Amino acid sequence: MSELSVHHLLGIKYLNEADIDLIFETADQFKEVINRSIKKVPSLRDITIANIFFENSTRTKLSFELAEKRLSADVINFSAGQSSVKKGETLIDTVNNILSMKVDMVVMRHPNPGAGIFLSRHVKASIVNAGDGAHEHPTQALLDSYSIREKLGGVAGKKVVIVGDILHSRVALSNIFALKLQGATVKVCGPRTLMPKHVESLGVEVEPNLRKALNWCDVANMLRIQNERLDISYFPTIREYTQQFGVNRKLLDSLDKDIVIMHPGPINRGVEITSDVADSKQSIILNQVENGVAIRMAVLYLLASKIK
Amino acid sequence: MGQKVLLSEKEINIILHRLACQLLENHLDFKETVLIGIQPRGIFVAKRLTQILREEYGVTRIQTGYLDITFYRDDFRRGDRVLEANKTDIDFLVEDKKVVLIDDVLYTGRSIRAALTAMQSFGRPKEIELLTLIDRRFSRHLPIQPNYRGRQVDAINDERVKVMWEENEGEDVVYLVNG
Repeated sequence: MSELSVHHLLGIKYLNEADIDLIFETADQFKEVINRSIKKVPSLRDITIANIFFENSTRTKLSFELAEKRLSADVINFSAGQSSVKKGETLIDTVNNILSMKVDMVVMRHPNPGAGIFLSRHVKASIVNAGDGAHEHPTQALLDSYSIREKLGGVAGKKVVIVGDILHSRVALSNIFALKLQGATVKVCGPRTLMPKHVESLGVEVEPNLRKALNWCDVANMLRIQNERLDISYFPTIREYTQQFGVNRKLLDSLDKDIVIMHPGPINRGVEITSDVADSKQSIILNQVENGVAIRMAVLYLLASKIK
Repeated sequence: MGQKVLLSEKEINIILHRLACQLLENHLDFKETVLIGIQPRGIFVAKRLTQILREEYGVTRIQTGYLDITFYRDDFRRGDRVLEANKTDIDFLVEDKKVVLIDDVLYTGRSIRAALTAMQSFGRPKEIELLTLIDRRFSRHLPIQPNYRGRQVDAINDERVKVMWEENEGEDVVYLVNG
Protein backbone atom coordinates (compact mmCIF):
# COMPACT_ATOMS: atom_id res chain seq x y z
CA MET A 1 0.00 0.00 0.00
CA SER A 2 1.61 3.25 -1.05
CA GLU A 3 1.89 6.34 1.06
CA LEU A 4 3.66 9.68 0.84
CA SER A 5 7.36 9.64 1.69
CA VAL A 6 7.03 12.92 3.60
CA HIS A 7 5.12 14.17 6.65
CA HIS A 8 4.99 17.77 5.43
CA LEU A 9 4.60 19.29 1.99
CA LEU A 10 7.36 21.88 2.11
CA GLY A 11 8.40 21.83 -1.51
CA ILE A 12 8.45 19.72 -4.63
CA LYS A 13 12.15 19.06 -4.13
CA TYR A 14 11.36 16.84 -1.14
CA LEU A 15 8.98 14.63 -3.15
CA ASN A 16 9.73 11.71 -5.42
CA GLU A 17 7.98 10.50 -8.54
CA ALA A 18 5.90 7.92 -6.65
CA ASP A 19 4.62 10.67 -4.32
CA ILE A 20 3.47 12.73 -7.28
CA ASP A 21 1.76 9.71 -8.87
CA LEU A 22 -0.04 8.96 -5.59
CA ILE A 23 -1.17 12.58 -5.22
CA PHE A 24 -2.48 12.59 -8.80
CA GLU A 25 -4.29 9.26 -8.41
CA THR A 26 -5.93 10.47 -5.21
CA ALA A 27 -6.81 13.80 -6.86
CA ASP A 28 -8.56 11.87 -9.66
CA GLN A 29 -10.93 10.44 -7.06
CA PHE A 30 -11.49 13.81 -5.40
CA LYS A 31 -12.19 15.37 -8.77
CA GLU A 32 -15.01 12.88 -9.13
CA VAL A 33 -16.24 13.84 -5.64
CA ILE A 34 -16.27 17.59 -6.33
CA ASN A 35 -18.28 17.07 -9.48
CA ARG A 36 -21.10 15.32 -7.60
CA SER A 37 -24.16 17.18 -6.45
CA ILE A 38 -23.02 16.57 -2.85
CA LYS A 39 -19.37 17.56 -2.91
CA LYS A 40 -18.35 16.66 0.60
CA VAL A 41 -16.79 13.58 2.19
CA PRO A 42 -16.28 12.97 5.92
CA SER A 43 -12.61 11.82 5.76
CA LEU A 44 -11.01 14.63 7.83
CA ARG A 45 -13.85 15.00 10.30
CA ASP A 46 -11.58 14.85 13.36
CA ILE A 47 -8.78 17.01 11.93
CA THR A 48 -8.32 20.71 12.63
CA ILE A 49 -6.44 22.77 10.08
CA ALA A 50 -5.11 26.30 10.56
CA ASN A 51 -4.64 28.45 7.49
CA ILE A 52 -1.94 30.93 8.44
CA PHE A 53 -1.37 33.58 5.82
CA PHE A 54 1.39 36.06 6.56
CA GLU A 55 1.04 37.39 3.05
CA ASN A 56 -2.04 38.30 1.04
CA SER A 57 -3.62 35.62 -1.04
CA THR A 58 -7.07 35.21 -2.41
CA ARG A 59 -7.25 32.21 -4.66
CA THR A 60 -4.78 29.93 -2.88
CA LYS A 61 -6.47 30.60 0.45
CA LEU A 62 -9.95 30.06 -0.98
CA SER A 63 -8.82 26.91 -2.74
CA PHE A 64 -7.29 25.44 0.43
CA GLU A 65 -10.29 26.43 2.50
CA LEU A 66 -12.68 24.84 0.05
CA ALA A 67 -10.56 21.67 -0.06
CA GLU A 68 -10.53 21.50 3.75
CA LYS A 69 -14.25 22.03 4.03
CA ARG A 70 -15.01 19.43 1.38
CA LEU A 71 -13.00 16.96 3.44
CA SER A 72 -15.06 17.95 6.53
CA ALA A 73 -12.04 19.29 8.47
CA ASP A 74 -12.46 22.01 11.10
CA VAL A 75 -10.84 25.15 9.75
CA ILE A 76 -9.44 28.22 11.46
CA ASN A 77 -8.07 31.17 9.55
CA PHE A 78 -5.37 33.55 10.55
CA SER A 79 -4.12 36.55 8.64
CA ALA A 80 -1.05 38.44 9.78
CA GLY A 81 -2.69 41.72 8.86
CA GLN A 82 -5.07 41.70 11.83
CA SER A 83 -2.90 39.90 14.38
CA SER A 84 -0.28 40.17 17.08
CA VAL A 85 2.42 39.80 14.43
CA LYS A 86 1.95 43.53 14.01
CA LYS A 87 2.75 43.86 17.72
CA GLY A 88 6.07 42.08 17.30
CA GLU A 89 5.18 38.44 17.97
CA THR A 90 7.57 35.92 16.41
CA LEU A 91 6.56 33.21 13.94
CA ILE A 92 7.20 30.44 16.47
CA ASP A 93 5.13 32.17 19.14
CA THR A 94 2.28 32.80 16.77
CA VAL A 95 2.21 29.23 15.59
CA ASN A 96 2.68 27.73 19.05
CA ASN A 97 -0.29 29.72 20.21
CA ILE A 98 -2.34 28.36 17.37
CA LEU A 99 -1.10 24.82 18.00
CA SER A 100 -2.13 25.09 21.65
CA MET A 101 -5.62 25.11 20.26
CA LYS A 102 -4.91 21.48 19.18
CA VAL A 103 -4.40 22.07 15.52
CA ASP A 104 -3.30 19.03 13.49
CA MET A 105 -2.20 20.70 10.27
CA VAL A 106 -0.95 24.14 9.29
CA VAL A 107 -1.26 25.58 5.81
CA MET A 108 1.12 28.51 5.74
CA ARG A 109 2.02 31.27 3.35
CA HIS A 110 4.95 33.40 4.38
CA PRO A 111 7.00 36.10 2.62
CA ASN A 112 10.29 34.51 3.68
CA PRO A 113 11.78 31.53 1.83
CA GLY A 114 12.24 28.54 4.14
CA ALA A 115 9.59 29.62 6.67
CA GLY A 116 7.79 26.29 6.28
CA ILE A 117 10.97 24.27 6.81
CA PHE A 118 11.79 26.33 9.90
CA LEU A 119 8.34 25.73 11.29
CA SER A 120 8.36 21.98 10.57
CA ARG A 121 11.45 21.65 12.77
CA HIS A 122 9.81 23.37 15.72
CA VAL A 123 6.20 22.24 15.79
CA LYS A 124 4.54 18.86 15.71
CA ALA A 125 1.73 19.62 13.26
CA SER A 126 1.91 18.67 9.61
CA ILE A 127 2.95 21.71 7.55
CA VAL A 128 1.76 22.49 4.03
CA ASN A 129 3.67 25.23 2.28
CA ALA A 130 1.22 27.53 0.49
CA GLY A 131 4.05 29.69 -0.84
CA ASP A 132 7.20 30.84 0.92
CA GLY A 133 8.59 34.01 -0.59
CA ALA A 134 10.19 33.43 -3.98
CA HIS A 135 11.07 29.86 -2.98
CA GLU A 136 8.39 27.21 -3.58
CA HIS A 137 4.64 26.88 -4.10
CA PRO A 138 4.28 23.10 -4.28
CA THR A 139 0.51 22.72 -4.60
CA GLN A 140 0.48 25.17 -7.50
CA ALA A 141 3.16 23.16 -9.31
CA LEU A 142 1.26 19.94 -8.63
CA LEU A 143 -1.97 21.33 -10.00
CA ASP A 144 -0.13 22.71 -13.04
CA SER A 145 1.42 19.31 -13.84
CA TYR A 146 -1.90 17.61 -13.15
CA SER A 147 -3.64 19.98 -15.58
CA ILE A 148 -1.01 19.27 -18.25
CA ARG A 149 -1.44 15.54 -17.69
CA GLU A 150 -5.20 15.91 -18.00
CA LYS A 151 -4.99 17.97 -21.20
CA LEU A 152 -2.14 16.18 -22.98
CA GLY A 153 -2.40 12.70 -21.46
CA GLY A 154 0.94 12.87 -19.69
CA VAL A 155 3.82 15.04 -18.61
CA ALA A 156 6.82 12.89 -19.58
CA GLY A 157 8.37 13.99 -22.86
CA LYS A 158 6.35 17.20 -23.08
CA LYS A 159 8.01 20.54 -23.75
CA VAL A 160 7.03 23.32 -21.39
CA VAL A 161 8.13 26.93 -21.43
CA ILE A 162 7.69 29.13 -18.39
CA VAL A 163 7.42 32.76 -19.46
CA GLY A 164 7.92 35.90 -17.41
CA ASP A 165 9.31 36.84 -14.02
CA ILE A 166 11.30 33.74 -13.14
CA LEU A 167 13.41 35.62 -10.59
CA HIS A 168 10.59 36.38 -8.17
CA SER A 169 8.45 33.37 -8.89
CA ARG A 170 7.97 30.48 -6.49
CA VAL A 171 5.60 29.05 -9.06
CA ALA A 172 8.44 28.85 -11.59
CA LEU A 173 10.84 27.09 -9.23
CA SER A 174 8.30 24.53 -8.02
CA ASN A 175 7.13 23.98 -11.59
CA ILE A 176 10.66 23.35 -12.80
CA PHE A 177 11.20 20.75 -10.05
CA ALA A 178 7.84 19.06 -10.67
CA LEU A 179 8.07 19.00 -14.47
CA LYS A 180 11.66 17.75 -14.51
CA LEU A 181 10.82 15.05 -11.97
CA GLN A 182 8.08 13.80 -14.28
CA GLY A 183 10.30 13.78 -17.35
CA ALA A 184 9.28 16.98 -19.15
CA THR A 185 11.75 19.30 -20.89
CA VAL A 186 11.59 22.83 -19.55
CA LYS A 187 12.73 26.17 -20.93
CA VAL A 188 12.34 29.56 -19.32
CA CYS A 189 11.73 32.75 -21.23
CA GLY A 190 11.70 36.35 -20.05
CA PRO A 191 13.81 39.47 -19.70
CA ARG A 192 17.39 38.66 -18.72
CA THR A 193 16.95 40.94 -15.71
CA LEU A 194 14.19 38.64 -14.41
CA MET A 195 16.24 35.44 -14.79
CA PRO A 196 17.90 34.11 -11.65
CA LYS A 197 21.68 33.69 -11.89
CA HIS A 198 22.70 30.13 -12.70
CA VAL A 199 19.12 29.16 -13.59
CA GLU A 200 20.63 26.66 -16.04
CA SER A 201 21.94 24.66 -13.09
CA LEU A 202 18.32 23.59 -12.48
CA GLY A 203 18.46 21.78 -15.81
CA VAL A 204 16.50 24.33 -17.81
CA GLU A 205 17.49 26.26 -20.89
CA VAL A 206 16.98 30.02 -21.19
CA GLU A 207 15.27 31.13 -24.41
CA PRO A 208 15.16 34.92 -24.61
CA ASN A 209 13.00 34.95 -27.75
CA LEU A 210 9.31 34.36 -27.03
CA ARG A 211 8.38 33.38 -30.59
CA LYS A 212 11.12 30.74 -30.69
CA ALA A 213 10.08 29.46 -27.27
CA LEU A 214 6.44 29.16 -28.31
CA ASN A 215 7.35 27.43 -31.56
CA TRP A 216 9.29 24.87 -29.56
CA CYS A 217 6.87 24.11 -26.76
CA ASP A 218 3.67 22.09 -26.19
CA VAL A 219 2.66 24.18 -23.18
CA ALA A 220 3.34 27.82 -22.27
CA ASN A 221 2.93 28.70 -18.61
CA MET A 222 2.59 32.48 -18.47
CA LEU A 223 3.58 34.02 -15.16
CA ARG A 224 2.21 37.20 -13.69
CA ILE A 225 4.34 40.30 -13.53
CA GLN A 226 4.55 40.74 -9.78
CA ASN A 227 4.54 44.49 -9.51
CA GLU A 228 4.54 44.23 -5.73
CA ARG A 229 7.90 42.46 -5.76
CA LEU A 230 9.54 44.69 -8.35
CA ASP A 231 11.25 47.17 -6.06
CA ILE A 232 13.53 48.36 -8.83
CA SER A 233 12.93 48.59 -12.57
CA TYR A 234 13.71 45.31 -14.30
CA PHE A 235 12.35 46.44 -17.64
CA PRO A 236 11.67 49.86 -19.12
CA THR A 237 7.88 49.84 -19.28
CA ILE A 238 4.97 47.42 -19.00
CA ARG A 239 4.18 48.27 -22.61
CA GLU A 240 7.64 47.17 -23.71
CA TYR A 241 7.37 43.97 -21.64
CA THR A 242 4.05 43.16 -23.29
CA GLN A 243 5.48 43.75 -26.73
CA GLN A 244 8.34 41.34 -26.11
CA PHE A 245 6.89 38.75 -23.73
CA GLY A 246 3.11 39.09 -23.96
CA VAL A 247 1.08 36.46 -25.83
CA ASN A 248 -1.71 37.61 -28.11
CA ARG A 249 -3.97 35.91 -30.62
CA LYS A 250 -1.95 37.10 -33.61
CA LEU A 251 1.21 35.57 -32.22
CA LEU A 252 -0.51 32.26 -31.42
CA ASP A 253 -2.10 32.12 -34.89
CA SER A 254 1.28 32.62 -36.52
CA LEU A 255 2.61 29.41 -34.91
CA ASP A 256 2.38 26.17 -36.83
CA LYS A 257 0.66 24.32 -33.95
CA ASP A 258 -1.87 24.74 -31.16
CA ILE A 259 -0.07 25.12 -27.85
CA VAL A 260 -1.70 24.94 -24.41
CA ILE A 261 -1.77 28.20 -22.44
CA MET A 262 -1.57 28.19 -18.65
CA HIS A 263 -1.49 30.93 -16.05
CA PRO A 264 -1.38 30.57 -12.26
CA GLY A 265 -3.45 33.74 -11.84
CA PRO A 266 -4.31 36.39 -11.08
CA ILE A 267 -3.96 37.51 -14.69
CA ASN A 268 -2.85 41.00 -15.62
CA ARG A 269 -5.11 41.00 -18.67
CA GLY A 270 -3.40 42.64 -21.62
CA VAL A 271 0.06 42.31 -20.03
CA GLU A 272 1.17 38.65 -19.98
CA ILE A 273 -1.72 37.49 -22.14
CA THR A 274 -4.54 39.26 -23.90
CA SER A 275 -8.15 38.59 -22.93
CA ASP A 276 -8.96 36.69 -26.13
CA VAL A 277 -6.09 34.28 -25.39
CA ALA A 278 -7.01 33.90 -21.72
CA ASP A 279 -10.59 33.02 -22.67
CA SER A 280 -9.75 30.86 -25.68
CA LYS A 281 -10.04 27.07 -26.07
CA GLN A 282 -6.27 26.75 -25.85
CA SER A 283 -6.28 28.20 -22.35
CA ILE A 284 -6.72 25.78 -19.43
CA ILE A 285 -6.66 28.50 -16.77
CA LEU A 286 -10.08 27.63 -15.32
CA ASN A 287 -9.25 23.91 -15.36
CA GLN A 288 -6.21 24.80 -13.26
CA VAL A 289 -8.47 26.44 -10.69
CA GLU A 290 -10.81 23.43 -10.53
CA ASN A 291 -7.90 21.00 -10.34
CA GLY A 292 -6.39 23.12 -7.55
CA VAL A 293 -9.15 22.08 -5.16
CA ALA A 294 -8.81 18.37 -6.05
CA ILE A 295 -5.01 18.47 -5.71
CA ARG A 296 -5.19 20.24 -2.35
CA MET A 297 -7.80 17.75 -1.12
CA ALA A 298 -5.45 14.93 -2.14
CA VAL A 299 -2.44 16.50 -0.39
CA LEU A 300 -4.37 17.17 2.81
CA TYR A 301 -5.94 13.71 2.80
CA LEU A 302 -2.62 11.92 2.26
CA LEU A 303 -0.77 13.98 4.87
CA ALA A 304 -3.62 13.64 7.38
CA SER A 305 -3.53 9.87 7.03
CA LYS A 306 0.00 10.00 8.48
CA ILE A 307 -1.05 11.89 11.61
CA LYS A 308 -1.36 9.40 14.46
CA MET B 1 -0.44 -20.31 7.12
CA GLY B 2 -2.92 -22.93 5.93
CA GLN B 3 -5.88 -22.50 3.70
CA LYS B 4 -8.82 -24.65 2.71
CA VAL B 5 -11.26 -24.30 -0.10
CA LEU B 6 -14.57 -22.99 1.09
CA LEU B 7 -16.26 -22.73 -2.30
CA SER B 8 -15.13 -24.23 -5.59
CA GLU B 9 -15.70 -22.67 -9.01
CA LYS B 10 -18.79 -24.83 -9.49
CA GLU B 11 -20.26 -23.90 -6.12
CA ILE B 12 -19.62 -20.20 -6.73
CA ASN B 13 -21.39 -20.48 -10.05
CA ILE B 14 -24.42 -22.18 -8.50
CA ILE B 15 -24.57 -19.60 -5.73
CA LEU B 16 -24.33 -16.66 -8.17
CA HIS B 17 -27.17 -18.11 -10.23
CA ARG B 18 -29.29 -18.55 -7.12
CA LEU B 19 -28.60 -14.97 -6.03
CA ALA B 20 -29.48 -13.71 -9.52
CA CYS B 21 -32.80 -15.59 -9.33
CA GLN B 22 -33.54 -14.14 -5.91
CA LEU B 23 -32.86 -10.63 -7.23
CA LEU B 24 -35.09 -11.34 -10.21
CA GLU B 25 -37.96 -12.48 -7.98
CA ASN B 26 -37.87 -9.24 -6.02
CA HIS B 27 -37.01 -6.75 -8.72
CA LEU B 28 -38.61 -8.22 -11.89
CA ASP B 29 -37.55 -6.02 -14.82
CA PHE B 30 -35.00 -3.93 -12.86
CA LYS B 31 -36.57 -0.70 -14.15
CA GLU B 32 -36.52 0.87 -10.70
CA THR B 33 -33.52 -1.06 -9.39
CA VAL B 34 -29.79 -0.39 -9.63
CA LEU B 35 -26.92 -2.66 -8.60
CA ILE B 36 -23.96 -1.06 -6.87
CA GLY B 37 -20.75 -3.00 -6.26
CA ILE B 38 -18.58 -1.82 -3.38
CA GLN B 39 -14.95 -1.18 -4.32
CA PRO B 40 -12.60 -2.89 -4.58
CA ARG B 41 -13.88 -6.51 -4.34
CA GLY B 42 -17.64 -6.17 -4.49
CA ILE B 43 -17.47 -5.08 -8.11
CA PHE B 44 -16.57 -8.61 -9.24
CA VAL B 45 -19.75 -9.99 -7.68
CA ALA B 46 -21.78 -7.15 -9.18
CA LYS B 47 -20.30 -7.72 -12.64
CA ARG B 48 -20.99 -11.47 -12.53
CA LEU B 49 -24.57 -11.00 -11.37
CA THR B 50 -25.19 -8.38 -14.06
CA GLN B 51 -23.77 -10.77 -16.67
CA ILE B 52 -25.95 -13.66 -15.51
CA LEU B 53 -29.08 -11.48 -15.40
CA ARG B 54 -28.37 -10.14 -18.90
CA GLU B 55 -27.26 -13.29 -20.66
CA GLU B 56 -29.30 -16.00 -19.00
CA TYR B 57 -32.43 -14.24 -17.84
CA GLY B 58 -32.75 -11.64 -20.59
CA VAL B 59 -32.84 -8.58 -18.34
CA THR B 60 -31.85 -6.02 -20.96
CA ARG B 61 -31.66 -2.75 -19.11
CA ILE B 62 -29.88 -3.19 -15.85
CA GLN B 63 -27.82 -0.38 -14.36
CA THR B 64 -24.65 -1.28 -12.48
CA GLY B 65 -22.30 1.12 -10.73
CA TYR B 66 -19.20 0.91 -8.56
CA LEU B 67 -18.93 2.75 -5.29
CA ASP B 68 -15.68 3.64 -3.55
CA ILE B 69 -16.11 4.01 0.20
CA THR B 70 -12.53 5.00 1.15
CA PHE B 71 -13.38 8.58 2.10
CA TYR B 72 -16.30 7.44 4.26
CA ARG B 73 -14.53 4.79 6.32
CA ASP B 74 -14.29 5.13 10.08
CA ASP B 75 -10.77 3.69 10.38
CA PHE B 76 -8.97 6.58 8.65
CA ARG B 77 -5.73 7.24 10.62
CA ARG B 78 -6.50 4.31 12.95
CA GLY B 79 -4.78 1.50 11.11
CA ASP B 80 -1.17 1.04 10.07
CA ARG B 81 -1.88 1.34 6.41
CA VAL B 82 -2.90 4.36 4.40
CA LEU B 83 -6.33 4.03 2.87
CA GLU B 84 -5.91 4.22 -0.87
CA ALA B 85 -8.88 5.36 -2.88
CA ASN B 86 -10.49 3.42 -5.72
CA LYS B 87 -12.72 4.67 -8.46
CA THR B 88 -16.37 5.50 -8.04
CA ASP B 89 -18.25 4.99 -11.26
CA ILE B 90 -21.96 5.69 -10.99
CA ASP B 91 -23.34 7.34 -14.10
CA PHE B 92 -27.01 7.29 -13.13
CA LEU B 93 -29.18 8.83 -10.44
CA VAL B 94 -30.07 6.77 -7.38
CA GLU B 95 -32.79 9.19 -6.31
CA ASP B 96 -35.98 7.19 -5.63
CA LYS B 97 -34.39 3.99 -6.94
CA LYS B 98 -34.16 0.62 -5.23
CA VAL B 99 -30.46 0.10 -4.62
CA VAL B 100 -28.85 -3.30 -4.13
CA LEU B 101 -25.44 -2.87 -2.49
CA ILE B 102 -23.15 -5.75 -3.38
CA ASP B 103 -19.98 -6.90 -1.64
CA ASP B 104 -17.97 -10.11 -1.55
CA VAL B 105 -17.59 -10.63 2.21
CA LEU B 106 -19.70 -9.20 5.02
CA TYR B 107 -17.59 -9.17 8.17
CA THR B 108 -17.85 -6.41 10.80
CA GLY B 109 -20.40 -4.40 8.84
CA ARG B 110 -18.27 -1.25 8.93
CA SER B 111 -17.73 -1.18 5.16
CA ILE B 112 -21.47 -1.38 4.65
CA ARG B 113 -21.98 1.44 7.16
CA ALA B 114 -19.51 3.52 5.11
CA ALA B 115 -21.27 2.54 1.89
CA LEU B 116 -24.63 3.66 3.31
CA THR B 117 -23.10 7.06 4.13
CA ALA B 118 -21.45 7.27 0.73
CA MET B 119 -24.78 6.52 -0.97
CA GLN B 120 -26.20 9.69 0.57
CA SER B 121 -23.81 11.70 -1.60
CA PHE B 122 -25.60 10.40 -4.66
CA GLY B 123 -29.14 11.14 -3.58
CA ARG B 124 -31.91 9.54 -1.57
CA PRO B 125 -32.73 6.02 -2.75
CA LYS B 126 -36.19 4.60 -2.16
CA GLU B 127 -34.71 1.62 -0.38
CA ILE B 128 -31.36 -0.10 -0.02
CA GLU B 129 -30.79 -3.85 0.12
CA LEU B 130 -27.57 -5.72 0.77
CA LEU B 131 -26.23 -8.72 -1.10
CA THR B 132 -23.02 -10.51 -0.07
CA LEU B 133 -21.40 -13.64 -1.41
CA ILE B 134 -20.03 -14.63 2.00
CA ASP B 135 -21.62 -13.72 5.33
CA ARG B 136 -19.28 -14.14 8.29
CA ARG B 137 -21.97 -14.27 10.92
CA PHE B 138 -21.17 -13.70 14.61
CA SER B 139 -18.46 -11.16 13.59
CA ARG B 140 -20.58 -8.07 13.33
CA HIS B 141 -19.70 -4.79 15.09
CA LEU B 142 -22.83 -3.09 13.79
CA PRO B 143 -26.44 -4.22 13.45
CA ILE B 144 -26.23 -4.93 9.71
CA GLN B 145 -27.54 -8.07 7.99
CA PRO B 146 -27.69 -9.00 4.31
CA ASN B 147 -30.95 -9.40 2.43
CA TYR B 148 -29.30 -11.90 0.08
CA ARG B 149 -26.40 -14.10 1.13
CA GLY B 150 -24.41 -16.65 -0.83
CA ARG B 151 -22.92 -18.74 1.96
CA GLN B 152 -22.86 -18.27 5.70
CA VAL B 153 -19.51 -18.93 7.34
CA ASP B 154 -18.57 -19.32 10.98
CA ALA B 155 -14.97 -18.19 11.00
CA ILE B 156 -12.95 -17.35 14.09
CA ASN B 157 -11.19 -14.03 14.27
CA ASP B 158 -7.72 -14.89 13.00
CA GLU B 159 -9.22 -16.66 10.02
CA ARG B 160 -9.70 -14.74 6.80
CA VAL B 161 -12.00 -15.35 3.88
CA LYS B 162 -10.26 -14.82 0.56
CA VAL B 163 -12.42 -14.56 -2.55
CA MET B 164 -10.56 -15.02 -5.83
CA TRP B 165 -11.95 -14.24 -9.25
CA GLU B 166 -11.00 -15.60 -12.64
CA GLU B 167 -10.64 -12.13 -14.17
CA ASN B 168 -8.36 -10.93 -11.38
CA GLU B 169 -6.55 -13.89 -9.84
CA GLY B 170 -7.00 -16.47 -12.59
CA GLU B 171 -9.45 -18.76 -10.74
CA ASP B 172 -12.89 -18.65 -9.17
CA VAL B 173 -12.47 -19.96 -5.64
CA VAL B 174 -13.11 -18.94 -2.04
CA TYR B 175 -10.51 -19.89 0.57
CA LEU B 176 -10.62 -19.87 4.35
CA VAL B 177 -7.13 -18.81 5.41
CA ASN B 178 -5.66 -19.42 8.86
CA GLY B 179 -3.50 -16.73 10.51
